This record gives sequence, C-alpha cells and structure tokens, in this order.
Amino acid sequence: MSTEARKPPLQIALKIRRLLGGKAGWNGVAVQFAFAAVLGWVAYEIISNARANLEKQHIAAGFGFLANNAGFDVNQTLISYTGSDTFLRVFVVGLLNTLVVSVVGIVFSTLIGFVVALCRLSPNWLVSRVGEIYVEIIRNLPLLFQILFWYLAVLAALPNPRQSISLLGIAFISNRGLVIPQPIGQAGLEPFVAALVFGIVAALSLRIYARRALFLRGQLIRIWPYVLGLLIGLPLVTMAVFGLPFTVELPQLKGFNFAGGARIIPEFVALTLALSTYTAAFVAEIVRAGILSVHTGQMEAGASLGLSRGNTLRLIVVPQAMRVIVPPLTNQYLNLTKNSSLAVAIGYPDLVSVWAGTSLSQTGQAIEIIAMTMGVYLLISLFTSALMSIYGWRLSRSLGA
Amino acid sequence: MKRVTLALSLALAAGLSGQAANAQTLKTVKDRGMLSCGVSQGLPGFSSPDDKGNWTGLDVDVCRAVAAAIFNDPTKVKFVPTSAKDRFTALQSGEIDLLSRNTTWTLSRDTSLGANFTGVTYYDGQGFMVKKSLKVNSALELNSASVCVQTGTTTEQNLADYFKANNMKYEVIAFGTNDETVKAYEAGRCDVFTTDQSGLYANRLKLANPNDHMVLPEIISKEPLGPMVRHGDDQWFDLVKWTLFAMVTAEELGITSKNVDEKAKMENPELKRVLGTDGNFGEQLGVTNDWVIRIVKAVGNYGEMFDRNVGSGSPLAINRGLNNLWNKGGLQYAPPIR
Repeated sequence: MSTEARKPPLQIALKIRRLLGGKAGWNGVAVQFAFAAVLGWVAYEIISNARANLEKQHIAAGFGFLANNAGFDVNQTLISYTGSDTFLRVFVVGLLNTLVVSVVGIVFSTLIGFVVALCRLSPNWLVSRVGEIYVEIIRNLPLLFQILFWYLAVLAALPNPRQSISLLGIAFISNRGLVIPQPIGQAGLEPFVAALVFGIVAALSLRIYARRALFLRGQLIRIWPYVLGLLIGLPLVTMAVFGLPFTVELPQLKGFNFAGGARIIPEFVALTLALSTYTAAFVAEIVRAGILSVHTGQMEAGASLGLSRGNTLRLIVVPQAMRVIVPPLTNQYLNLTKNSSLAVAIGYPDLVSVWAGTSLSQTGQAIEIIAMTMGVYLLISLFTSALMSIYGWRLSRSLGA
Repeated sequence: MKRVTLALSLALAAGLSGQAANAQTLKTVKDRGMLSCGVSQGLPGFSSPDDKGNWTGLDVDVCRAVAAAIFNDPTKVKFVPTSAKDRFTALQSGEIDLLSRNTTWTLSRDTSLGANFTGVTYYDGQGFMVKKSLKVNSALELNSASVCVQTGTTTEQNLADYFKANNMKYEVIAFGTNDETVKAYEAGRCDVFTTDQSGLYANRLKLANPNDHMVLPEIISKEPLGPMVRHGDDQWFDLVKWTLFAMVTAEELGITSKNVDEKAKMENPELKRVLGTDGNFGEQLGVTNDWVIRIVKAVGNYGEMFDRNVGSGSPLAINRGLNNLWNKGGLQYAPPIR
C-alpha cells in the first residue's frame, strides 16, 4: 500500500510555460510569441507584396488557371486524358506518373540491393567480387548519365516497329517500347476477381494460423496444398461456372505503330532501370553494413543449430540487421523519388516534366506551379518516411522483447 | 534546379522589392555597361555558340544591335542561354533585360506573362521532318506516328490541335531541350520531329546524314518570332522595338554596313533623319542620334543580317519568303522614322 500523496496534475498554463518558456519562465513565453508574430508578419508582407507586384506587372496570379484547358498531350497516362482536359488533370497525370516510377523503382532497388549485398558477403570469391564491382561502378557514375545511357544506348540498339523483335508472336519489342497483349474484361471478370481476393485472404489467414501453431505449440501444419487449392483451384472453378474472365487483345502492326495491346514506353523502362540499379548500389551497402553490424556469434549460433547459411540469414541475421538498415534505407527511398525528376531529360512525362515544365511555360505562373510541385514532393517524402517509421517501430517492438 | 532558383528569385523579387517592376531598364543597362540578353541553348542560324565560343545567329544579332545602339559596341552583351521552359521566368525575374529567343508571339503570352513582344524578327510556321525511308509525302499521312517535340513551346499545342482537327492519332514524346529532342529523333524513338520550319532546317544540319531526312510541305501554324521585354518600361520597349524597325528601314533605304558612311553624307532628307544628321530621334529613344549608324555598322541592315545567319550566305539557305520587305512581296515593314 502506497502512502505517498498523489501529485496534483500539471496545469495547462504551467505546461505551456515549461514547453515554451523553458528556464526563462513567462518572459520566455512572451519572447516566443513575439518571435512567432514577427515571422507571421514577414510571411504576410512577402505574400501580399508579391501579389500586389504581380498584379502591377500584369503577371497572372492565382490558381484560376487550374480549370483552363491544357491543350497538349501526354504519352503515358494512367487515367484517361486528352488535350481538352484541364491543367488540374495534367497535374494528376504527372503526379501518378511520378508515383508509379517511384514505387516500381523502390521495389526493384530493394530487391537488387539485397541480392547484391548478399553477393558481396558471400564466401565465394567470384560472387563477392562481382557484387563489389557492381557497387563501385554504379554508385560512382552520375545518375543522369546512367539514365541517358539506358535511354539512348539501349534504344539505339532496338529495331523500328516494322522490324520489331517478336516474342512468340504475342509481344513485341521495338524502339517504341514493349507491346504486350491487353486483357479486356468480360462477364466472368467480377466473380473471378472476387474468388482471387477471397483466395489470397484465406491463404494469408491460413499462414498466420500455421505460424501461431508452430510458435505456440510447436505443431508443424502443412498448408501448401490448401493454399494452392485456394489460389488456383477456386478461380478455375469460377471460370468454369461464369465463363472466361477476360479475352486478350493482341497487338497488330498498323501503319507506323502497333494498334491494340498495352504498351510500356521505353522512357519508363529506361528511367526505372536507371533509378533502381543506381539506388540498389547504395541499398546494397546499407544492407551489407546492417548485416555486418550483427555479431558474428549469431551466424555461428545458427550454423551450430544446423541451419543452412540461407536460413540463418533469413531467420536470424536479417531481422536483427533491419533495425540498422531501415533509417538509411528510408533516405535512399526518398532520394529515388526525388531523382525521378530527372525524367525530363529523356521525355518521360513525370510531374516535373508535364507540370513544372510544360504547364509552367504554357501558363507562365511560375510561383504557383513551383510551389505546388515542391509541396507535392514534400508530401510524398513525408508519407514515405512515415511508412518507414511505422515499419521501424514495429520492427524494434518485435525485437525489443 | 535552375527553374526552382528562377522561380524563387522571381518570388523574392516580386515579394521584397516594390520598385523592381518599374525599374528603368535602359539606365540599369547603361550603369552595368552590359546588356543581358536571353538566347536559346543552341539553334544554328538563330543563336548558337561557334567553335570559338562566340554567339552567332539572327536572335544574337538583335541583341548586338541593341547593344550597339546603346554602347556603340556590339560586344557588350552577356548572352544567357535559356531553355524554352525557363525563358519567361528569366525575363520576369530580371535576370535578362531582353529575351531574343525564337519566341512565338501569342495573345496569352502578351497578356499574362508581364512581358511584351516588341516586333517580329522572323515570320515562321510549324512544320514536320521525317526520315525519307518512311516514304511519307504529306503530314496527313502521319496517323499513329510518334512525334518528338520540345516541351514548353507553342509547338506542343499546335501539334495537338492539328492531329485532333485531322482526326489522326499520335504519340507525343516531349523533351526538355532542343538537343535531347533531336537526339531522340535520330535514335529512332519517333517517326516525326516537329518545330518551327526554320528550326527544322537548322536542326537537320546537326543530324549525321541530313540528306536522309526531309521537311514535309505542310505548315500548320503561324509562328511570328520576336524579342520580348518586361511590361511597364515603355522607354526600353520603344528602344528595342525601334532597333528592329531601324534595321528594316535601313534595308528599305539601301543602307548597308559598307555604304553607311557615304549615305550619311548624302543630302536626302529621309536619309538625314534616319542617320541622325537631322532631328533628335535617337535622343528621344534615350540613346545618341547616330543610333542607326551604330546599329548598321555593327550588324548590318535586316537583309544583311538575314542572309548572313539563315539566308543565302549561311548553310541553312532559307528563302526570304515572308521575311522579305513589304515592297518585295514579304511582310517586313517599318513605320517611318520621323
């Protein structure tokens, strides 16, 4: 039984004093407020002065232009877009193009980076040298040159569409990009997708159940036949019942180019390749450092338990290394996203190219457009680091036990 | 990144200095002893540095003419290469005094950019260039083609309009600079390269085998190219505008860089007015009365400038066409100096 009297809760005023004033007390709080007021006043002066001056110089200002027709076309759009859509839609088109290249780049750079790091750490002399050479060459060449290399060197080697390389007659590679058959939804699509989603969810829950059984009771349950049945069998059954989920439209050469089918433009391929191989070199060093930071005793302990090298890495070393790896990895992800703005050099229509480029010079509203672009990059970066922070927090929680 | 810097300096200039807008450009230029002139990053015939680093071209000569009128020295120009996207911001932010960079005069550029066009130095129109091996003879056969274009130009919008009006499909690939666009066209990324027709001829010279490429006959737009100055400084606007008119007038009166001194001695009232022995027209513009003599000695009259840079005396060998004098079937016309 505690006899100590409970402390009275700190009053709000006192909290504020401690937070803002520190040792200086109420005087400190007053200074803080005065400083904030001065900052606010300066910001207000700059904005109102800029508005007045722009008006005096007859430079259009404000965000009214967002509703105007853009009047130009973009060659990769994830949402439907034509030249008669608004500037706001151009903004969204550019943003989506930036996001898709960043997400794909992040996934590939992580995969390649992990593989290269494991290569460098491999006891095999040849494999570790290959890893080392990769890292040293790729990370020491400027990214812009690598992007131009992938774009111009690789593009120049590809034939024109009329002589394109045919892959089994259904996909074609040419200097117009990779053309693949496009699935077109049919009546059976909805039940097929529903069955697929159900299969994935069920398979995941099975896996959680099996892991729990393994960790809590040491019971080994074989789940793969059920998973296979759920993921493949169930969709097949719905196909038999409801008919084909989609038909495939094959690309046909018509005039200058292929008609029909889906197309991955070479600008996207070159940019993704360059960004992911370049960032992978840095990721590889981060992963290597992370793995080396785990005591060698862990590796030996795994070996003495009879685990293979791969299993030791996967189950023992990498989970501990992740704690070291995640913060610098976040930096690399942010760099990759921001580096994607080099797209303008090879004509990939990312945010900087279509928005801070074409739209800016069509409307001339530099301040608004650059501010919006910077704001968007800031948001993307903050979102990425928030995700990574959550992941890091979960990780240290699971290891912290 | 340059764009961000420019935008920031524009924001700061607009935000902090109340007077920047109405600054007296002519006085600033005189005090600085140097004209800061925005040109392209390299377009043969219009503005491109030669192998010794000297800028040459039609647009460059316009800058030199203005410098000659002010300083009697056509070399007192600092050339600032600008991309199609950065050019207006560079002018608005005060980094350059004059933008002479094959820029098309349009209504919206005149009204919403805080800048004004001072005249037309070259009447152009947009065209298409294709490889001869494609065996295309008309732009109307370009359905489903891929088109390389420089971003931030009127070209991009004309292209969209033309293909839409003719109900044709196309794929556009837009690059940041002219060189990147040409390189991608040469690498075979696109079937068609489009820009102003003068630019097509100029860029064709940069290709490995110029004779494998041809310019299609269609002209799909009006592209009057001219210099631009900041809005709100009428003295500077007048000086640049009349520098152009002076060159056209000189050609009309047969004044060339070779005979300008003899012409100045002649007792013809019009020549006397133009060459400054009668009246004070130069002083009204804020320069000296022999301003036309200075201009013509430095860069020649309009015809000399045209022939040297893009016409018969240059590798481009473009016909005068619309750019001939009004009394020879063209559109170049100057109001009287009086």
